[in-house]
Amino acid sequence: MAKNDELIGLTLAEARDKLKAKEITSAELTDAYISEMEAGRDLNAYVLETAEQAREMAKASDAKLAKGEGGAIEGVPLGIKDLFCTKDVRSTACSHILDGFTPPYESTVTSQLWRDGAVMLGKLNNDEFAMGSSNETSFYGPVTNPWRREGDDTKLVPGGSSGGSSAAVAAKLCLGATATDTGGSIRQPAAFTGTVGMKPTYGRCSRWGIVAFASSLDQAGPITRDVRDAAIMLKSMAGHDPQDTTSVDRPVPDYEAALGQGVKGLTVGIPKEYRVDGMPEEIDTLWSQGVEWLKAAGANIKEVSLPHTKYALPAYYIVAPAEASSNLARYDGVRYGLRVEGKDITEMYENTRAEGFGDEVRRRVLIGTYVLSAGYYDAYYLKAQKVRSLIAHDFRQAFSEVDVLLTPTAPSAAFGIGEKSDDPLSMYLNDVFTVTVNLAGLPGISVPAGLSKEGLPLGLQLIGRGFDEETLFRTAHKLEEAAQFTAAPEAWWRS
Amino acid sequence: MSVDQNTVRHIARLARIAVRDDELEHLAKELNSILDWVEQLGELDTSDVEPMTSAVETTMKMREDEVTFGNLQDEVTRNAPASEDGFYVVPKVVE
Repeated sequence: MAKNDELIGLTLAEARDKLKAKEITSAELTDAYISEMEAGRDLNAYVLETAEQAREMAKASDAKLAKGEGGAIEGVPLGIKDLFCTKDVRSTACSHILDGFTPPYESTVTSQLWRDGAVMLGKLNNDEFAMGSSNETSFYGPVTNPWRREGDDTKLVPGGSSGGSSAAVAAKLCLGATATDTGGSIRQPAAFTGTVGMKPTYGRCSRWGIVAFASSLDQAGPITRDVRDAAIMLKSMAGHDPQDTTSVDRPVPDYEAALGQGVKGLTVGIPKEYRVDGMPEEIDTLWSQGVEWLKAAGANIKEVSLPHTKYALPAYYIVAPAEASSNLARYDGVRYGLRVEGKDITEMYENTRAEGFGDEVRRRVLIGTYVLSAGYYDAYYLKAQKVRSLIAHDFRQAFSEVDVLLTPTAPSAAFGIGEKSDDPLSMYLNDVFTVTVNLAGLPGISVPAGLSKEGLPLGLQLIGRGFDEETLFRTAHKLEEAAQFTAAPEAWWRS
Repeated sequence: MSVDQNTVRHIARLARIAVRDDELEHLAKELNSILDWVEQLGELDTSDVEPMTSAVETTMKMREDEVTFGNLQDEVTRNAPASEDGFYVVPKVVE
Protein backbone atom coordinates (compact mmCIF):
# COMPACT_ATOMS: atom_id res chain seq x y z
CA MET A 1 0.00 0.00 0.00
CA ALA A 2 2.86 2.39 0.74
CA LYS A 3 3.97 2.36 -2.89
CA ASN A 4 0.36 2.87 -4.01
CA ASP A 5 -0.06 5.80 -1.62
CA GLU A 6 3.02 7.38 -3.13
CA LEU A 7 1.73 6.86 -6.67
CA ILE A 8 -1.77 8.16 -6.07
CA GLY A 9 -0.32 11.08 -4.12
CA LEU A 10 1.17 12.51 -7.32
CA THR A 11 -0.72 15.24 -9.15
CA LEU A 12 -1.42 14.83 -12.85
CA ALA A 13 1.49 17.16 -13.68
CA GLU A 14 3.87 15.25 -11.41
CA ALA A 15 2.77 11.87 -12.76
CA ARG A 16 3.16 13.12 -16.33
CA ASP A 17 6.73 14.27 -15.60
CA LYS A 18 7.70 11.05 -13.82
CA LEU A 19 6.26 8.96 -16.65
CA LYS A 20 8.24 10.95 -19.21
CA ALA A 21 11.39 10.58 -17.07
CA LYS A 22 10.68 6.81 -16.80
CA GLU A 23 10.73 7.00 -13.01
CA ILE A 24 7.35 5.27 -12.94
CA THR A 25 5.40 3.26 -15.49
CA SER A 26 1.84 3.78 -16.58
CA ALA A 27 1.16 0.11 -15.77
CA GLU A 28 2.02 0.54 -12.07
CA LEU A 29 0.24 3.90 -11.87
CA THR A 30 -2.86 2.47 -13.54
CA ASP A 31 -2.81 -0.60 -11.28
CA ALA A 32 -2.64 1.65 -8.24
CA TYR A 33 -5.72 3.53 -9.45
CA ILE A 34 -7.58 0.35 -10.30
CA SER A 35 -7.14 -0.86 -6.72
CA GLU A 36 -8.26 2.55 -5.39
CA MET A 37 -11.27 2.48 -7.70
CA GLU A 38 -12.21 -0.96 -6.39
CA ALA A 39 -11.60 0.01 -2.77
CA GLY A 40 -13.76 3.10 -3.26
CA ARG A 41 -16.90 1.35 -4.53
CA ASP A 42 -18.90 2.52 -1.50
CA LEU A 43 -18.72 6.05 -2.89
CA ASN A 44 -20.58 4.92 -6.04
CA ALA A 45 -18.46 7.32 -8.10
CA TYR A 46 -17.95 4.89 -10.98
CA VAL A 47 -20.93 3.38 -12.79
CA LEU A 48 -18.69 1.24 -14.98
CA GLU A 49 -15.11 0.14 -14.33
CA THR A 50 -12.99 -0.62 -17.38
CA ALA A 51 -9.95 -2.09 -15.65
CA GLU A 52 -9.01 -4.45 -18.46
CA GLN A 53 -9.10 -1.72 -21.06
CA ALA A 54 -7.15 0.56 -18.72
CA ARG A 55 -4.37 -2.04 -18.38
CA GLU A 56 -4.16 -2.42 -22.17
CA MET A 57 -4.02 1.32 -22.69
CA ALA A 58 -1.34 1.64 -19.99
CA LYS A 59 0.73 -1.06 -21.67
CA ALA A 60 0.52 0.75 -25.00
CA SER A 61 1.51 4.00 -23.28
CA ASP A 62 4.51 2.36 -21.62
CA ALA A 63 5.68 1.07 -25.01
CA LYS A 64 5.57 4.61 -26.39
CA LEU A 65 7.19 6.15 -23.31
CA ALA A 66 10.00 3.58 -23.43
CA LYS A 67 10.86 4.82 -26.91
CA GLY A 68 10.79 8.41 -25.72
CA GLU A 69 7.53 8.96 -27.60
CA GLY A 70 3.99 9.62 -26.48
CA GLY A 71 1.53 12.48 -26.16
CA ALA A 72 1.19 15.33 -23.70
CA ILE A 73 -0.51 13.18 -21.04
CA GLU A 74 0.81 9.78 -22.07
CA GLY A 75 -0.03 7.08 -19.53
CA VAL A 76 -2.19 9.27 -17.25
CA PRO A 77 -5.29 7.44 -15.86
CA LEU A 78 -8.54 9.44 -16.04
CA GLY A 79 -12.21 8.93 -15.23
CA ILE A 80 -14.85 9.84 -17.82
CA LYS A 81 -18.26 11.26 -16.98
CA ASP A 82 -20.95 8.90 -18.29
CA LEU A 83 -22.36 11.75 -20.40
CA PHE A 84 -19.46 11.25 -22.85
CA CYS A 85 -19.94 8.58 -25.50
CA THR A 86 -17.07 6.12 -25.48
CA LYS A 87 -16.72 3.67 -28.35
CA ASP A 88 -17.85 0.13 -27.47
CA VAL A 89 -18.10 1.09 -23.79
CA ARG A 90 -21.56 1.51 -22.25
CA SER A 91 -22.60 5.18 -22.08
CA THR A 92 -26.00 5.93 -20.53
CA ALA A 93 -25.93 9.50 -19.14
CA CYS A 94 -27.02 7.57 -16.00
CA SER A 95 -30.55 7.27 -17.40
CA HIS A 96 -32.69 4.13 -17.43
CA ILE A 97 -33.85 5.10 -20.92
CA LEU A 98 -30.34 4.53 -22.30
CA ASP A 99 -30.03 1.06 -20.74
CA GLY A 100 -27.15 -0.81 -22.28
CA PHE A 101 -26.41 1.83 -24.94
CA THR A 102 -22.97 1.09 -26.37
CA PRO A 103 -21.92 3.83 -28.79
CA PRO A 104 -20.24 2.81 -32.03
CA TYR A 105 -18.32 6.11 -31.89
CA GLU A 106 -16.16 8.16 -29.54
CA SER A 107 -16.87 11.73 -28.38
CA THR A 108 -14.43 14.29 -29.78
CA VAL A 109 -13.25 15.38 -26.32
CA THR A 110 -12.42 11.85 -25.15
CA SER A 111 -10.85 10.95 -28.49
CA GLN A 112 -8.49 13.91 -28.01
CA LEU A 113 -7.57 12.68 -24.54
CA TRP A 114 -6.75 9.22 -25.94
CA ARG A 115 -4.83 10.87 -28.81
CA ASP A 116 -2.67 12.56 -26.18
CA GLY A 117 -2.07 9.28 -24.36
CA ALA A 118 -4.57 9.22 -21.48
CA VAL A 119 -5.79 5.92 -20.00
CA MET A 120 -9.49 5.33 -19.26
CA LEU A 121 -10.29 3.86 -15.83
CA GLY A 122 -14.06 3.85 -16.26
CA LYS A 123 -17.28 5.84 -16.51
CA LEU A 124 -18.30 8.21 -13.75
CA ASN A 125 -21.69 8.72 -12.19
CA ASN A 126 -23.72 11.88 -12.83
CA ASP A 127 -27.23 13.22 -12.39
CA GLU A 128 -29.53 11.70 -15.00
CA PHE A 129 -28.85 13.57 -18.27
CA ALA A 130 -26.81 16.01 -16.12
CA MET A 131 -30.02 17.39 -14.62
CA GLY A 132 -29.32 18.03 -10.97
CA SER A 133 -27.03 19.70 -8.47
CA SER A 134 -26.40 16.80 -6.09
CA ASN A 135 -25.94 13.64 -8.18
CA GLU A 136 -29.08 12.22 -6.55
CA THR A 137 -31.08 11.87 -9.79
CA SER A 138 -28.79 9.21 -11.28
CA PHE A 139 -30.47 5.92 -12.23
CA TYR A 140 -27.46 4.25 -10.62
CA GLY A 141 -28.07 5.92 -7.26
CA PRO A 142 -26.41 8.82 -5.49
CA VAL A 143 -22.67 9.38 -5.14
CA THR A 144 -21.31 9.93 -1.64
CA ASN A 145 -18.98 12.84 -1.06
CA PRO A 146 -15.62 11.63 0.33
CA TRP A 147 -15.78 14.62 2.72
CA ARG A 148 -17.77 14.42 5.96
CA ARG A 149 -18.63 17.04 8.54
CA GLU A 150 -16.26 16.96 11.47
CA GLY A 151 -17.30 14.28 13.96
CA ASP A 152 -20.38 13.37 11.92
CA ASP A 153 -20.93 10.34 9.64
CA THR A 154 -23.86 11.83 7.69
CA LYS A 155 -23.46 11.06 4.01
CA LEU A 156 -23.13 14.24 2.00
CA VAL A 157 -23.69 14.91 -1.69
CA PRO A 158 -20.65 15.57 -3.92
CA GLY A 159 -22.52 18.25 -5.88
CA GLY A 160 -23.82 17.76 -9.37
CA SER A 161 -24.29 17.01 -12.03
CA SER A 162 -20.63 15.92 -12.27
CA GLY A 163 -20.72 14.32 -8.81
CA GLY A 164 -18.95 11.11 -9.83
CA SER A 165 -16.17 13.20 -11.34
CA SER A 166 -15.72 15.43 -8.29
CA ALA A 167 -15.91 12.56 -5.78
CA ALA A 168 -13.48 10.40 -7.77
CA VAL A 169 -10.93 13.21 -8.02
CA ALA A 170 -11.29 14.16 -4.32
CA ALA A 171 -10.97 10.52 -3.19
CA LYS A 172 -8.02 9.95 -5.55
CA LEU A 173 -9.84 7.30 -7.57
CA CYS A 174 -8.39 8.88 -10.75
CA LEU A 175 -5.86 11.59 -11.62
CA GLY A 176 -8.43 13.84 -13.22
CA ALA A 177 -11.89 13.56 -14.71
CA THR A 178 -13.92 14.91 -17.58
CA ALA A 179 -17.09 16.76 -16.64
CA THR A 180 -19.75 18.94 -18.26
CA ASP A 181 -21.35 22.19 -17.12
CA THR A 182 -24.75 23.49 -18.21
CA GLY A 183 -25.59 25.63 -15.17
CA GLY A 184 -22.73 24.93 -12.77
CA SER A 185 -22.25 21.17 -13.05
CA ILE A 186 -18.44 21.37 -13.09
CA ARG A 187 -17.86 24.24 -10.68
CA GLN A 188 -20.36 23.48 -7.90
CA PRO A 189 -19.25 19.83 -7.45
CA ALA A 190 -15.63 21.02 -7.47
CA ALA A 191 -16.47 23.47 -4.68
CA PHE A 192 -18.24 20.72 -2.68
CA THR A 193 -15.23 18.39 -2.83
CA GLY A 194 -12.17 20.64 -2.55
CA THR A 195 -11.21 20.15 -6.20
CA VAL A 196 -10.64 22.48 -9.14
CA GLY A 197 -13.36 22.67 -11.81
CA MET A 198 -12.95 24.58 -15.07
CA LYS A 199 -15.84 25.40 -17.41
CA PRO A 200 -14.34 26.87 -20.57
CA THR A 201 -15.94 29.38 -22.94
CA TYR A 202 -18.89 28.06 -24.93
CA GLY A 203 -17.44 26.71 -28.18
CA ARG A 204 -14.00 25.90 -26.72
CA CYS A 205 -14.66 22.14 -26.50
CA SER A 206 -16.59 20.16 -29.06
CA ARG A 207 -19.97 18.88 -27.92
CA TRP A 208 -19.90 16.08 -30.49
CA GLY A 209 -20.55 12.75 -28.81
CA ILE A 210 -21.61 14.28 -25.49
CA VAL A 211 -25.20 13.41 -24.61
CA ALA A 212 -27.08 16.69 -25.16
CA PHE A 213 -28.97 18.41 -22.33
CA ALA A 214 -29.30 22.12 -23.24
CA SER A 215 -27.29 22.69 -26.39
CA SER A 216 -26.80 26.46 -26.06
CA LEU A 217 -25.38 26.06 -22.54
CA ASP A 218 -23.56 22.69 -22.41
CA GLN A 219 -19.76 22.78 -22.26
CA ALA A 220 -17.18 20.15 -21.34
CA GLY A 221 -14.27 20.79 -18.99
CA PRO A 222 -12.01 19.09 -16.43
CA ILE A 223 -12.22 18.47 -12.68
CA THR A 224 -8.75 18.05 -11.20
CA ARG A 225 -6.75 18.26 -7.97
CA ASP A 226 -5.14 21.59 -8.75
CA VAL A 227 -5.08 24.46 -11.21
CA ARG A 228 -2.07 23.22 -13.16
CA ASP A 229 -3.74 19.86 -13.76
CA ALA A 230 -6.86 21.63 -15.06
CA ALA A 231 -4.72 23.66 -17.48
CA ILE A 232 -3.08 20.46 -18.76
CA MET A 233 -6.34 18.58 -19.21
CA LEU A 234 -8.18 21.46 -20.90
CA LYS A 235 -5.39 21.81 -23.45
CA SER A 236 -6.07 18.25 -24.58
CA MET A 237 -9.87 18.54 -24.43
CA ALA A 238 -10.23 21.86 -26.29
CA GLY A 239 -10.04 22.60 -29.99
CA HIS A 240 -12.05 23.06 -33.14
CA ASP A 241 -14.14 20.19 -34.43
CA PRO A 242 -15.88 20.38 -37.82
CA GLN A 243 -18.53 17.97 -36.46
CA ASP A 244 -19.85 20.60 -34.01
CA THR A 245 -20.81 23.86 -35.75
CA THR A 246 -20.71 25.69 -32.42
CA SER A 247 -17.12 24.67 -31.79
CA VAL A 248 -14.96 27.69 -32.45
CA ASP A 249 -12.07 27.66 -34.89
CA ARG A 250 -9.29 29.40 -32.99
CA PRO A 251 -5.96 28.15 -31.70
CA VAL A 252 -5.80 26.55 -28.24
CA PRO A 253 -3.18 28.35 -26.14
CA ASP A 254 -0.71 26.58 -23.86
CA TYR A 255 -2.70 27.17 -20.66
CA GLU A 256 0.00 25.75 -18.43
CA ALA A 257 2.41 28.44 -19.68
CA ALA A 258 -0.01 31.09 -18.37
CA LEU A 259 0.45 29.89 -14.78
CA GLY A 260 3.01 31.80 -12.80
CA GLN A 261 2.43 35.03 -14.72
CA GLY A 262 0.93 36.51 -11.58
CA VAL A 263 -1.85 39.05 -11.28
CA LYS A 264 0.13 42.30 -10.99
CA GLY A 265 -1.69 44.99 -12.90
CA LEU A 266 -4.85 42.90 -13.42
CA THR A 267 -8.11 44.41 -12.28
CA VAL A 268 -10.38 42.03 -10.38
CA GLY A 269 -14.07 42.90 -10.28
CA ILE A 270 -16.30 42.16 -7.30
CA PRO A 271 -19.94 42.01 -8.41
CA LYS A 272 -22.04 43.46 -5.62
CA GLU A 273 -25.18 41.57 -6.65
CA TYR A 274 -23.52 38.28 -5.67
CA ARG A 275 -23.88 39.24 -2.02
CA VAL A 276 -27.28 37.53 -1.75
CA ASP A 277 -29.72 37.41 1.14
CA GLY A 278 -29.26 34.53 3.50
CA MET A 279 -25.75 33.71 2.34
CA PRO A 280 -23.83 32.08 5.21
CA GLU A 281 -21.39 34.43 6.85
CA GLU A 282 -18.48 32.03 6.37
CA ILE A 283 -18.91 32.25 2.59
CA ASP A 284 -18.95 36.02 2.71
CA THR A 285 -15.82 35.93 4.88
CA LEU A 286 -14.04 33.59 2.49
CA TRP A 287 -14.95 35.85 -0.40
CA SER A 288 -13.45 38.88 1.38
CA GLN A 289 -10.38 36.78 2.13
CA GLY A 290 -10.07 36.01 -1.59
CA VAL A 291 -10.18 39.73 -2.35
CA GLU A 292 -7.37 40.32 0.17
CA TRP A 293 -5.25 37.52 -1.31
CA LEU A 294 -5.49 38.90 -4.83
CA LYS A 295 -4.86 42.44 -3.60
CA ALA A 296 -1.74 41.23 -1.78
CA ALA A 297 -0.60 39.53 -4.99
CA GLY A 298 -0.71 42.89 -6.78
CA ALA A 299 -4.16 42.97 -8.37
CA ASN A 300 -6.37 46.05 -8.39
CA ILE A 301 -9.81 45.50 -6.92
CA LYS A 302 -12.94 47.19 -8.21
CA GLU A 303 -16.58 46.79 -7.26
CA VAL A 304 -18.78 46.28 -10.31
CA SER A 305 -22.49 45.84 -10.90
CA LEU A 306 -24.20 43.02 -12.79
CA PRO A 307 -27.73 44.33 -12.33
CA HIS A 308 -29.64 41.43 -13.92
CA THR A 309 -28.03 38.69 -11.83
CA LYS A 310 -31.21 37.79 -9.95
CA TYR A 311 -32.98 37.01 -13.21
CA ALA A 312 -30.40 34.49 -14.34
CA LEU A 313 -31.81 31.45 -12.56
CA PRO A 314 -35.42 31.94 -13.68
CA ALA A 315 -34.22 32.55 -17.26
CA TYR A 316 -32.11 29.41 -17.04
CA TYR A 317 -35.08 27.36 -15.85
CA ILE A 318 -36.91 28.29 -19.02
CA VAL A 319 -34.07 27.97 -21.54
CA ALA A 320 -32.55 24.74 -20.19
CA PRO A 321 -35.79 22.72 -19.90
CA ALA A 322 -36.97 24.02 -23.30
CA GLU A 323 -33.81 22.82 -25.01
CA ALA A 324 -33.85 19.61 -22.98
CA SER A 325 -37.42 18.77 -24.00
CA SER A 326 -36.36 19.11 -27.60
CA ASN A 327 -33.07 17.18 -27.23
CA LEU A 328 -34.70 14.36 -25.28
CA ALA A 329 -37.37 13.82 -27.93
CA ARG A 330 -34.99 11.32 -29.52
CA TYR A 331 -35.53 8.78 -26.73
CA ASP A 332 -38.43 6.97 -28.29
CA GLY A 333 -37.83 3.28 -27.66
CA VAL A 334 -36.95 2.77 -31.32
CA ARG A 335 -33.30 3.63 -31.82
CA TYR A 336 -31.57 2.79 -28.57
CA GLY A 337 -31.97 1.76 -24.98
CA LEU A 338 -35.21 0.92 -23.26
CA ARG A 339 -38.48 -0.03 -24.96
CA VAL A 340 -41.71 -0.59 -23.04
CA GLU A 341 -44.43 -2.04 -25.28
CA GLY A 342 -47.92 -0.56 -25.65
CA LYS A 343 -51.02 -1.26 -27.67
CA ASP A 344 -49.80 0.96 -30.51
CA ILE A 345 -46.72 3.02 -31.38
CA THR A 346 -47.85 6.13 -29.47
CA GLU A 347 -48.49 4.15 -26.32
CA MET A 348 -45.10 2.48 -26.78
CA TYR A 349 -43.45 5.94 -26.88
CA GLU A 350 -45.41 7.09 -23.83
CA ASN A 351 -44.74 3.98 -21.78
CA THR A 352 -41.05 3.94 -22.68
CA ARG A 353 -40.57 7.57 -21.70
CA ALA A 354 -42.66 7.23 -18.53
CA GLU A 355 -40.54 4.35 -17.30
CA GLY A 356 -37.23 5.51 -18.75
CA PHE A 357 -37.09 9.06 -17.36
CA GLY A 358 -36.66 9.80 -13.66
CA ASP A 359 -38.72 12.43 -11.80
CA GLU A 360 -36.40 15.39 -12.35
CA VAL A 361 -35.98 14.67 -16.07
CA ARG A 362 -39.73 14.26 -16.48
CA ARG A 363 -40.33 17.53 -14.63
CA ARG A 364 -37.95 19.41 -16.92
CA VAL A 365 -39.27 17.84 -20.11
CA LEU A 366 -42.81 18.83 -19.07
CA ILE A 367 -41.78 22.40 -18.20
CA GLY A 368 -39.86 22.64 -21.47
CA THR A 369 -42.77 21.29 -23.48
CA TYR A 370 -45.11 23.76 -21.82
CA VAL A 371 -42.97 26.87 -22.39
CA LEU A 372 -42.48 25.94 -26.05
CA SER A 373 -46.11 25.03 -26.67
CA ALA A 374 -48.40 27.05 -28.91
CA GLY A 375 -49.22 30.45 -27.43
CA TYR A 376 -46.54 30.42 -24.73
CA TYR A 377 -43.30 30.62 -26.72
CA ASP A 378 -43.09 34.44 -26.67
CA ALA A 379 -44.04 34.76 -23.02
CA TYR A 380 -41.45 32.28 -21.83
CA TYR A 381 -38.68 31.19 -24.20
CA LEU A 382 -38.35 34.43 -26.16
CA LYS A 383 -38.55 36.46 -22.95
CA ALA A 384 -35.83 34.32 -21.36
CA GLN A 385 -33.57 34.71 -24.40
CA LYS A 386 -34.01 38.49 -24.13
CA VAL A 387 -33.08 38.37 -20.46
CA ARG A 388 -30.06 36.36 -21.50
CA SER A 389 -29.01 39.24 -23.76
CA LEU A 390 -29.29 41.59 -20.78
CA ILE A 391 -27.14 39.30 -18.65
CA ALA A 392 -24.49 39.04 -21.37
CA HIS A 393 -24.58 42.84 -21.68
CA ASP A 394 -23.98 43.20 -17.91
CA PHE A 395 -20.83 41.12 -18.27
CA ARG A 396 -19.63 43.09 -21.32
CA GLN A 397 -19.99 46.31 -19.35
CA ALA A 398 -18.12 44.84 -16.39
CA PHE A 399 -15.31 43.51 -18.57
CA SER A 400 -14.77 46.96 -20.04
CA GLU A 401 -13.52 47.91 -16.56
CA VAL A 402 -12.07 44.71 -15.13
CA ASP A 403 -10.15 41.65 -16.37
CA VAL A 404 -11.67 38.97 -14.19
CA LEU A 405 -14.47 38.62 -11.64
CA LEU A 406 -14.23 36.98 -8.22
CA THR A 407 -17.32 35.42 -6.58
CA PRO A 408 -18.21 32.50 -4.32
CA THR A 409 -18.88 29.28 -6.28
CA ALA A 410 -21.90 28.04 -4.34
CA PRO A 411 -24.13 29.49 -1.62
CA SER A 412 -23.33 26.69 0.86
CA ALA A 413 -21.01 23.78 1.58
CA ALA A 414 -22.04 20.22 0.65
CA PHE A 415 -25.39 19.18 2.13
CA GLY A 416 -26.72 15.80 3.21
CA ILE A 417 -28.08 13.20 0.80
CA GLY A 418 -31.87 13.56 0.77
CA GLU A 419 -31.87 16.99 2.45
CA LYS A 420 -33.04 18.92 -0.61
CA SER A 421 -34.36 16.26 -2.95
CA ASP A 422 -38.04 16.95 -2.15
CA ASP A 423 -37.84 20.61 -3.06
CA PRO A 424 -36.81 21.28 -6.67
CA LEU A 425 -36.66 25.06 -6.19
CA SER A 426 -34.28 24.99 -3.23
CA MET A 427 -32.10 22.58 -5.22
CA TYR A 428 -32.08 24.97 -8.19
CA LEU A 429 -30.79 27.79 -5.95
CA ASN A 430 -27.46 25.97 -5.68
CA ASP A 431 -26.60 27.33 -9.12
CA VAL A 432 -27.23 30.99 -8.27
CA PHE A 433 -23.56 32.03 -8.73
CA THR A 434 -22.64 29.68 -11.56
CA VAL A 435 -25.56 29.85 -13.98
CA THR A 436 -24.94 33.43 -15.17
CA VAL A 437 -21.70 32.24 -16.76
CA ASN A 438 -23.46 29.60 -18.88
CA LEU A 439 -26.13 32.04 -20.02
CA ALA A 440 -23.43 34.43 -21.24
CA GLY A 441 -21.18 31.67 -22.67
CA LEU A 442 -18.20 32.76 -20.52
CA PRO A 443 -15.44 30.70 -18.87
CA GLY A 444 -15.43 30.10 -15.10
CA ILE A 445 -13.24 28.19 -12.69
CA SER A 446 -13.76 27.08 -9.09
CA VAL A 447 -10.77 26.88 -6.76
CA PRO A 448 -10.85 25.35 -3.26
CA ALA A 449 -10.17 28.24 -0.89
CA GLY A 450 -11.03 27.21 2.65
CA LEU A 451 -13.06 25.07 5.04
CA SER A 452 -16.45 25.73 6.58
CA LYS A 453 -16.72 25.63 10.36
CA GLU A 454 -17.93 22.05 9.97
CA GLY A 455 -14.72 21.19 8.14
CA LEU A 456 -16.13 21.05 4.61
CA PRO A 457 -14.44 22.57 1.56
CA LEU A 458 -15.63 25.88 0.11
CA GLY A 459 -14.75 27.26 -3.30
CA LEU A 460 -14.22 30.63 -4.92
CA GLN A 461 -15.13 31.23 -8.54
CA LEU A 462 -13.34 33.33 -11.14
CA ILE A 463 -15.18 34.43 -14.27
CA GLY A 464 -13.34 35.65 -17.37
CA ARG A 465 -13.91 37.17 -20.79
CA GLY A 466 -14.86 34.83 -23.61
CA PHE A 467 -11.85 32.77 -24.77
CA ASP A 468 -9.63 34.31 -22.10
CA GLU A 469 -9.10 31.12 -20.10
CA GLU A 470 -5.44 32.10 -19.72
CA THR A 471 -6.25 35.04 -17.42
CA LEU A 472 -8.50 32.74 -15.42
CA PHE A 473 -5.75 30.15 -15.01
CA ARG A 474 -3.13 32.65 -13.93
CA THR A 475 -5.49 34.29 -11.43
CA ALA A 476 -6.70 30.90 -10.17
CA HIS A 477 -3.09 29.85 -9.71
CA LYS A 478 -2.42 32.89 -7.49
CA LEU A 479 -5.58 32.23 -5.51
CA GLU A 480 -4.50 28.62 -5.02
CA GLU A 481 -1.04 29.69 -3.86
CA ALA A 482 -2.50 32.09 -1.34
CA ALA A 483 -5.20 29.72 -0.07
CA GLN A 484 -2.74 26.87 0.59
CA PHE A 485 -5.64 24.43 0.59
CA THR A 486 -4.01 21.20 1.74
CA ALA A 487 -6.89 19.64 3.68
CA ALA A 488 -7.97 16.20 2.47
CA PRO A 489 -10.81 13.92 3.46
CA GLU A 490 -10.00 10.97 5.69
CA ALA A 491 -10.10 7.80 3.56
CA TRP A 492 -12.99 6.15 5.48
CA TRP A 493 -14.26 4.41 2.31
CA ARG A 494 -11.13 2.28 2.05
CA SER A 495 -11.86 0.12 5.09
CA MET B 1 -50.44 31.79 -15.84
CA SER B 2 -51.01 28.60 -13.98
CA VAL B 3 -51.55 25.06 -15.17
CA ASP B 4 -54.44 22.83 -14.14
CA GLN B 5 -54.63 19.05 -14.28
CA ASN B 6 -56.03 19.04 -17.81
CA THR B 7 -53.13 21.17 -19.00
CA VAL B 8 -50.66 18.78 -17.39
CA ARG B 9 -52.35 15.89 -19.18
CA HIS B 10 -52.11 17.81 -22.45
CA ILE B 11 -48.41 18.68 -21.97
CA ALA B 12 -47.60 15.09 -21.03
CA ARG B 13 -49.37 13.96 -24.19
CA LEU B 14 -47.32 16.43 -26.28
CA ALA B 15 -44.14 15.20 -24.56
CA ARG B 16 -45.17 11.57 -25.13
CA ILE B 17 -44.85 10.66 -21.48
CA ALA B 18 -47.55 8.49 -19.93
CA VAL B 19 -48.81 10.08 -16.70
CA ARG B 20 -51.24 8.36 -14.32
CA ASP B 21 -54.32 10.29 -13.22
CA ASP B 22 -53.25 10.09 -9.59
CA GLU B 23 -49.99 11.92 -10.44
CA LEU B 24 -51.68 14.91 -12.06
CA GLU B 25 -52.40 16.90 -8.93
CA HIS B 26 -48.85 16.62 -7.62
CA LEU B 27 -47.34 17.41 -11.03
CA ALA B 28 -49.57 20.46 -11.48
CA LYS B 29 -48.44 21.74 -8.09
CA GLU B 30 -44.77 21.23 -8.90
CA LEU B 31 -44.99 22.82 -12.33
CA ASN B 32 -46.90 25.78 -10.93
CA SER B 33 -44.33 26.45 -8.26
CA ILE B 34 -41.62 26.59 -10.94
CA LEU B 35 -43.75 28.66 -13.32
CA ASP B 36 -44.72 31.11 -10.53
CA TRP B 37 -41.04 31.55 -9.75
CA VAL B 38 -40.01 32.27 -13.36
CA GLU B 39 -42.84 34.84 -13.58
CA GLN B 40 -40.47 37.35 -11.98
CA LEU B 41 -38.92 37.88 -15.42
CA GLY B 42 -42.07 39.91 -16.09
CA GLU B 43 -40.57 42.68 -13.93
CA LEU B 44 -38.11 43.44 -16.72
CA ASP B 45 -39.02 45.60 -19.67
CA THR B 46 -37.48 43.79 -22.61
CA SER B 47 -39.42 45.48 -25.41
CA ASP B 48 -36.22 46.94 -26.91
CA VAL B 49 -34.01 43.93 -26.29
CA GLU B 50 -32.98 41.49 -29.00
CA PRO B 51 -33.20 37.84 -27.92
CA MET B 52 -29.87 36.02 -27.72
CA THR B 53 -29.41 33.66 -30.63
CA SER B 54 -25.87 32.51 -29.93
CA ALA B 55 -23.86 32.45 -26.70
CA VAL B 56 -20.69 33.32 -28.59
CA GLU B 57 -20.66 35.64 -31.58
CA THR B 58 -19.75 33.56 -34.59
CA THR B 59 -20.89 33.31 -38.15
CA MET B 60 -22.32 30.00 -39.18
CA LYS B 61 -19.70 28.00 -41.01
CA MET B 62 -20.45 26.55 -44.43
CA ARG B 63 -18.98 23.42 -45.90
CA GLU B 64 -19.12 21.64 -49.23
CA ASP B 65 -22.44 19.88 -49.74
CA GLU B 66 -21.08 16.36 -49.96
CA VAL B 67 -21.40 13.09 -48.10
CA THR B 68 -18.70 12.81 -45.43
CA PHE B 69 -20.12 10.07 -43.29
CA GLY B 70 -22.41 7.19 -44.03
CA ASN B 71 -22.90 3.54 -44.96
CA LEU B 72 -23.15 2.68 -41.29
CA GLN B 73 -26.44 0.79 -41.27
CA ASP B 74 -25.12 -1.93 -38.96
CA GLU B 75 -23.63 0.51 -36.46
CA VAL B 76 -26.70 2.73 -36.55
CA THR B 77 -29.15 -0.09 -35.81
CA ARG B 78 -26.90 -2.03 -33.44
CA ASN B 79 -28.37 -0.43 -30.32
CA ALA B 80 -32.02 -0.68 -31.36
CA PRO B 81 -34.33 -2.64 -29.03
CA ALA B 82 -35.69 -4.32 -32.18
CA SER B 83 -34.19 -4.42 -35.67
CA GLU B 84 -34.28 -6.66 -38.69
CA ASP B 85 -32.13 -6.67 -41.83
CA GLY B 86 -30.69 -3.26 -40.94
CA PHE B 87 -34.09 -1.66 -40.29
CA TYR B 88 -35.73 -0.52 -37.06
CA VAL B 89 -38.77 -2.53 -36.09
CA VAL B 90 -41.70 -0.62 -34.60
CA PRO B 91 -45.26 -1.62 -33.66
CA LYS B 92 -47.62 -1.74 -36.64
CA VAL B 93 -48.66 1.82 -37.61
CA VAL B 94 -50.88 1.16 -40.66
CA GLU B 95 -53.96 -1.01 -40.38
